[in-house]
Amino acid sequence: MTHINIASLEVGQVIGSTEFLLTRDSLVRYAGASGDFNQIHYRDDVAAAVGLPGVLAHGMLTMGAAVQVAVDWVGNAGAVVDYQVRFTKPVVVDPVNGAVLVVTGKVGEIDAENNVVRVDLEAVFDDNKVLGKAQARVQL
Amino acid sequence: MVNPNVQGKKYPATDPYLVGREKIREFAHAVKSTNPMNLDVFAAQAAGYTDVIAPPTFAVVIQERSLATVLGDPEADIDFSRVVHGDQRFIHARPIVAGDELVSELEVASVKSLGAHSMVTFETKIYDVTKELVCTAISTLVVRGDE
Repeated sequence: MTHINIASLEVGQVIGSTEFLLTRDSLVRYAGASGDFNQIHYRDDVAAAVGLPGVLAHGMLTMGAAVQVAVDWVGNAGAVVDYQVRFTKPVVVDPVNGAVLVVTGKVGEIDAENNVVRVDLEAVFDDNKVLGKAQARVQL
Repeated sequence: MVNPNVQGKKYPATDPYLVGREKIREFAHAVKSTNPMNLDVFAAQAAGYTDVIAPPTFAVVIQERSLATVLGDPEADIDFSRVVHGDQRFIHARPIVAGDELVSELEVASVKSLGAHSMVTFETKIYDVTKELVCTAISTLVVRGDE
């Protein structure tokens, strides 16, 4: 049960927007929490050696943060029944300034029969969309 | 190149993973969740859950255990240093809850060539101790070939 009335929604409607600051600390924290200790996410020398423009955020961190916009809207992390993304561009995290990720959620599709809304998420870093086909199906 | 013959190959279930309440909180902080269902036992219980629930992408931790088996399989021949995450999907039958004991079973859904690169899609089914399906995690890795 949620406070959202599906009949009041319109496709294209913005449901929320959040700015996430991803710092090197964020990457270390995510590495520890997820168990993904790939060194390209915390060592400049390793990132450079494999030809990357810098230390990158874990794609799964971007995915995990982006969906919070849909979670905050519905109020329950358990309401996200299906969530997918494509990783299209890397998020390079500056050692001093970090990286600012701006995520905006819009109503993509309304399934009134099943009380499910597809939220389309747009995640932008440095003027580029870093996720493609980022869709969260939310059970209202 | 990834061995195309592993398409359809199934890997045995992983050892059970016990989902801890503090692990969920740690993961929730890491993905910048402020949702009380992830953090506050009373809020989660008020919503009908037995304990805090995991953020929608937590299943990656379980998927990773199955993926490690494949990456260590000489038959699959996947060079991890050449792997890039292409896409990811989680289909939840129910949220993961603290106290769950989960096992995962992975199947190589497809192996495709894209020029010198390979694209491998894995389907990992995550079950609880009663063998009920909790989540299906679908992951595509792009394995870069020699340029």
